[in-house]
Amino acid sequence: MIPELGNFAVMLALCLALLQVVIPMAGSFTNNTLWMSLARPLSSGLWVFMVLSFSCLAYAFLHDDFSVAYVARNSNTLLPSYYKFAAVWGAHEGSLLLWILILSTWGYAVSLLSRNLPLDILARVLSVMGIITSGFLAFLLFTSNPFERLLLNTPTEGTDLNPLLQDFGLIIHPPFLYMGYVGFSVAFSFAIAALLTGRLDAAWARWTRPWTNAAWAFLTCGIALGSWWAYYELGWGGWWFWDPVENVSFMPWLVGTALIHSLAVTEKRGVFKSWTVLLAIAAFSLSLLGAFIVRSGLITSVHAFAVDPERGIVLLTLLLLIIGSSLFLYALRAPVVSGTSTYGGYSREVFLLINNIILVVATATILLGTLYPLIHEAIYGEANRVSIGPPYFNALFLPLMSLLAMTLGVGTFTRWKQTAPAFLWQKVGKLLFVSVALGIVIPLVVTAEFNMGAMFAMMLAIWIVICIGRDIFDKTANKADRISGLRSLGLSYYGMQLAHFGFAVVICGICLTSNYSVERDVRMANGESITIGKYEFRFEGVVERQGPNYTANSATVQVLKNGEQYLTMHPEKRMYTARGDVQTEADIQVGFFRDLFTALGDPRGDGEWVVRIHVKPFVFWIWFGAFLMAAGGVTAILDKRYRGKLVRADVPAAAGKGSLQPVLES
Amino acid sequence: MHSARKQKLMIVCSILLGSAVAVGLVLYAFNQGINVFFTPTEIADGKVPAGQNIRIGGMVKQGSLVSEGLEGTRIEFIATDTNADVLVAYTGVLPDLFREGQGVVAEGVMDPDGVFQARQILAKHDENYMSAEVKAALDAAVKKKAAEVAP
Repeated sequence: MIPELGNFAVMLALCLALLQVVIPMAGSFTNNTLWMSLARPLSSGLWVFMVLSFSCLAYAFLHDDFSVAYVARNSNTLLPSYYKFAAVWGAHEGSLLLWILILSTWGYAVSLLSRNLPLDILARVLSVMGIITSGFLAFLLFTSNPFERLLLNTPTEGTDLNPLLQDFGLIIHPPFLYMGYVGFSVAFSFAIAALLTGRLDAAWARWTRPWTNAAWAFLTCGIALGSWWAYYELGWGGWWFWDPVENVSFMPWLVGTALIHSLAVTEKRGVFKSWTVLLAIAAFSLSLLGAFIVRSGLITSVHAFAVDPERGIVLLTLLLLIIGSSLFLYALRAPVVSGTSTYGGYSREVFLLINNIILVVATATILLGTLYPLIHEAIYGEANRVSIGPPYFNALFLPLMSLLAMTLGVGTFTRWKQTAPAFLWQKVGKLLFVSVALGIVIPLVVTAEFNMGAMFAMMLAIWIVICIGRDIFDKTANKADRISGLRSLGLSYYGMQLAHFGFAVVICGICLTSNYSVERDVRMANGESITIGKYEFRFEGVVERQGPNYTANSATVQVLKNGEQYLTMHPEKRMYTARGDVQTEADIQVGFFRDLFTALGDPRGDGEWVVRIHVKPFVFWIWFGAFLMAAGGVTAILDKRYRGKLVRADVPAAAGKGSLQPVLES
Repeated sequence: MHSARKQKLMIVCSILLGSAVAVGLVLYAFNQGINVFFTPTEIADGKVPAGQNIRIGGMVKQGSLVSEGLEGTRIEFIATDTNADVLVAYTGVLPDLFREGQGVVAEGVMDPDGVFQARQILAKHDENYMSAEVKAALDAAVKKKAAEVAP
């Protein structure tokens, strides 16, 4: 009964979504206020029904209703109840339901939080979101219904959730990631609405910015959580593999980052308008591409979902329809919204343009590397397969990101319209010297070895940090005292600096981990030990242990620090009873400055086991930095200029307008 | 007007420069990162130049996994597509789903003695799933056998 209710709720949601597409849009073209104002109630209704259907599926999971095929395939009576709940989004159908629930949540949030948005814009934004929602609801209902029943042969026991996914990381990683992916639909809808209206001014950019920031912050967290999950759950000790599925989550993030910066220019200076719109379209299109690649099984990957070509084709059609029609609209309407202002060669505009070019080029190279194996196969046939490995991505990505970090430092000091090169040099000259000197000295003193890569990355991180420090110092210099100076800087300024600081922390983490990690895979017998730096790891054998739905080979590894007992670690190899899957469960002692990582490999006879022992300095900083970046995005949203009544300027932001703004506010 | 033109020129130049750098980097990186996939049959036919980084795929032959008597964490096994066999050597931890009789993909180089020195062993994280590469390799081997038997 409950699953039918859920199914029915999905159908009703589809009807409401279709109404949300047609009525407000028609109203906006015929100037019918009543029709336009229906957008709000329709989007709340849609959200309510999506919540209802999602709850029904969660109910089916929590009550072990194995007559629902999806529950039977992804749950088990022995599964702890928090995993039963997380299993709702553990496979294709349920995660698609979550995807749509989140999409409708964003729509509902737009309808709630945009009281000051003109009705015609709101109607069009929600209508565009309705198009996306109805497309995916139809896809859910017709090809991947999570409520499908197995009434004739109801199994008494489910086949259990994939053990890789039985983990806290899975409970939170997909919702965050989807909040990010789907959140870009808001910026996308705003862009489409602007193209339809033909008006794209500072007010438009100002409405779009908080939504973009929010989506970007979620996506940042989502990707970081995914990387963290891979780090401790896959048991390889790596945190990024350039796996196709990682790449497709990373591409919208890069374009979204470009969009955030380009929106700043559009708001403040009224230029880059059509470019901004294109980025908004691209960010969401890449999110959709991600959904397509993960769900079509087109690319083999660690976490690709279902291998079902039919679904893939439907998704591809949906994808092409959305992307194609938005690009078509863009081609028709982009000239209408183009900007007029001019700017000089050392202006902030130019530095943000460089930022955008680097990020877009990075995205393009990742896209090429991800899709090239498919292109190659299409050209040369199935027998000639190639794959693109991490060396390709590293060779491209590292120089591009270094360039980005370098321009970031200078960009901090630039001004809108034009900056005197002499002024810039006066600001950055000494800082450049200091960062180069510190970048060489610090690694040399701490490790007493000469490592070019580590030194260069340290220079970049230090460069960003001291540029931020200098900028804050300068900005507070003219105030009565520093404290009131610090207060006078807006939250969006702090948000920006926090995110940039996070970027420096990530660079530090990546560079120090990659260069100074010690990784040993050793074959150990009971009582044997290995010493890495000041840590001694002693292997004390393996015992069997019974978990709720698995049996485990649990190893004991004693860790001694400087010869004294420090801690005991228990890496495990688990055998999940229902599926017979084996799963490595690494034991990690997380620290701010270093992680100790142990994982149990395979048995090699005579009580000997292969044990993977890593000491990874500063690896925590990768996720900590990402968290700071996301926090920066959120801080910027809280700025008071996004609250309160915004007056819409009917004239596009003129050249003079920007210069009246505090120069470095964004 | 003049400044607007100059600005456009600058944008065009920077885009051109950016794409030129990108293309150069891509070409360089492609050389670094591309791994062509070979089946055991193709290796037996001598199609693989020694020393080149490649990927191979097949089934792990039953009873072929050896670790006794080898140094440290070294293991050896035979990857087969039922038509030809390749001896694979690997040092390190095997993935959870590595099992005799199951599909495997390995990345590494052929050494002059005809042993595949694997740098990485991949086994897909799903019991019901066989890597498309391995499946294609096995299908090709079956076809080849059939073609050899037919005439």
